[in-house]
Amino acid sequence: MYTLNDNIEKPLTQHIKNDGSWLTLKEYESTGGYSGLKKALQMTPAEITQLVMDSGLKGRGGAGFSTGKKWSTIDISENASELKYLVANADEMEPGSFKDRYLLEGNPHQLIEGIIIGAYAIQASFSYVFLRWAYHLAGEALTQSLQEAYDAGYLGKNILGSGFNTDMSLHISVGRYMCGEETALLNALEGKRSNPRAKPPYPSNSGLFGKPTIVNNVETLSNVPHIINNGAEWFLKLSKTGEGGTKLYGASGKVKKPGLWELPLGISLRELLEDYAGGMADGYQFKGLLPGGGSTDFLLEEHLDVAMDYASVAKAGSRLGTGTIIVLDDKTCPVGMVHNLERFFAQESCGWCTPCREGLPWTAKILNALETGTGKADDLNILEFHTHYMAPGNTFCALAPGAMEPLQSALKYFKADFEMHIHQHKCPWNS
Amino acid sequence: MKEKVLTSGDISEIEKVYEHFPLRSAACIEGLKIVQKNHRWVSDDAVKELAELLEMSPAAIDSVATYYSLIFRKPVGRHVIMVCDSVSCWIMGYEGILNQLKDRLQIGYGETTIDDRFTLLSICCLGTCDHAPAIMINNDLHRDLTPDKLDAILETYK
Repeated sequence: MYTLNDNIEKPLTQHIKNDGSWLTLKEYESTGGYSGLKKALQMTPAEITQLVMDSGLKGRGGAGFSTGKKWSTIDISENASELKYLVANADEMEPGSFKDRYLLEGNPHQLIEGIIIGAYAIQASFSYVFLRWAYHLAGEALTQSLQEAYDAGYLGKNILGSGFNTDMSLHISVGRYMCGEETALLNALEGKRSNPRAKPPYPSNSGLFGKPTIVNNVETLSNVPHIINNGAEWFLKLSKTGEGGTKLYGASGKVKKPGLWELPLGISLRELLEDYAGGMADGYQFKGLLPGGGSTDFLLEEHLDVAMDYASVAKAGSRLGTGTIIVLDDKTCPVGMVHNLERFFAQESCGWCTPCREGLPWTAKILNALETGTGKADDLNILEFHTHYMAPGNTFCALAPGAMEPLQSALKYFKADFEMHIHQHKCPWNS
Repeated sequence: MKEKVLTSGDISEIEKVYEHFPLRSAACIEGLKIVQKNHRWVSDDAVKELAELLEMSPAAIDSVATYYSLIFRKPVGRHVIMVCDSVSCWIMGYEGILNQLKDRLQIGYGETTIDDRFTLLSICCLGTCDHAPAIMINNDLHRDLTPDKLDAILETYK
C-alpha cells in the first residue's frame, strides 16, 4: 500500500507488512527487534538520555521539543520519587493526521521497545499507552503484543536480568480531541474530564497522580530503539537538514495519490506533493495546504520549496506539526475549509477557559454566516480580532491558538475569497 | 425494591479496575466503558449505581459521562454509525455520504431508527485521511466511500 521503490533508509517502516497484520514478537525479533533494549540495559539511564539528546530527536506529535531534553527534566537521583510514569500518546486526533495509526497497526513491538527504553532512561516503574477508541486494530495489536512482551520477559520484574522492573498497560480512551494535550491526557488517565492543567508544575515534577511523568508521541518513541542501536550520528545523517531522523509524511485532499511515506526529515513540500503524492488530481489546481494537520497555518505555491523540518516550516510562518499535509484545491472553498476546521475546534474545546469556550463558537458562527450568504462587512474584522484574542498566552492551553492558525493565515492569503462571500451574499463555490 | 441495572458481573469487572488505582474514582471512565459495553448505553440509574460503587456523587460521574463523546447517555441502536466530518473527509465530500445515510435511514444525527437497528453520529477525524471519506460502524472502519457503496455495507448489519 505504501511501498515505494526508492533507496531511502526507513528504520520505522521498512519491516511493516502492509497486509493488515502486524509484526509478531518473533517477526519483530528477526528484524533485530529488542536488541536496542538489550543494549540500553547495559548503559546508564543518563547515558541513554544523553544519546537521545545528541541524536536531535524532537517530539513528533507536533510540538517538536527535544526528547532528550524532556527526559533530562526527570529527577532520577536517589532522593527522587520512586513512582514515575511514562505515557505514550497514541491519541492521534489532529484533523488530517494518520501517521501514528500506521506504526501502531504495523509494528506495535517497536513502540513497546521504545517505551521500555524510555521508562529505563527516566526510571519509570509504570507506563501507559493512551490509545484513542477509534483505533480498534491498534488496540488488538497492542493487547496481543503486550502479552507477548510480558511472556518473553521484556516487561515485568528484573527485565532480562538487569534488575530493572517496569510494567505497561493499555488505556483505551472514549473520545475528545483535548486528550491529546499532555496535561489533559493525564487527567483523562486519572478518570477525570480532560481539562488541561496549569503549567508549572510541569508533568516531569507533578504528573499522573501527582508523580513525575513524561508524555511522548508514538512516532517519537518508535525511533528510540533505532537510535540506541545505530547511534546519534547515524540518526542525524538520516535527515536532509540536520534536525535528525526520518519523518512520516502524509498527504490528503485532491491529490493523485494520497498516502503516507517515511522520508528523510527536511524533504521539500514540492517533493512531497509532486513526487510522492503525484501532484494534483486531474481537473484540480493547487491553491494552498496545511503542512502539519488542522492546527497549522496555510502555505502557498510560493512556499513549495520550503524544507519540511521544524525550523524551516516555522520560518515560512507555519508549523511542521504532524507532517501530514492537507491540500486545498481550486474547486474547494477556502472559507468552507476554515469553517469546517473552526467548527471542529469549537466542538472539541473542553470549555475550561473563556476565550476558547466563547471565541471558537463565535468564529465558527461567523464563518457559517459567510458560507450561507449572510456575512457582513465587519465580520472579517471580528475574525481578525479573534486571532489575537485567542493568541498564545491568552488561553489556558494550545487548542485555541492552534485553531487560530488556519484562520489567521486564510485571512491573510485568501482575503479576496472571504470578501467575495460578503459581496455576492453566497459562497461562490456553491452555486 | 427496584431492580438494579448493574449486574454482579458488571460490578466485579469494575472492582477489578479500581483495585489498581490509588482512588476508586480513578476508575470512573473505565467503569462507564464497562457499563456501556454490557448495556449498550449508560442510563440515569446506572450513573447512580456506579456513583455508589466508586464512592463519588452521581453529578461527578455524570460530568465525566457527558463530557466524553463516546459515552452514550441516551439509548442507541444495535449498530452505531459514526461519520467522520473532519477536514479531509469534508474536502473529499463526506456530505454526500451523510445525506445518503440520512435518506436511507430516515434519521438525523443523534437519532435511532424505529427498528432500533442504527444510530447515526458524527466523529472526529478517523485518522485514515488518505482513504477519505470514511465512516465507522461499531468497530469496523469503512473507507474510500461513495454514496452508492453504502447500501451493500448497511446490509451486513442486521
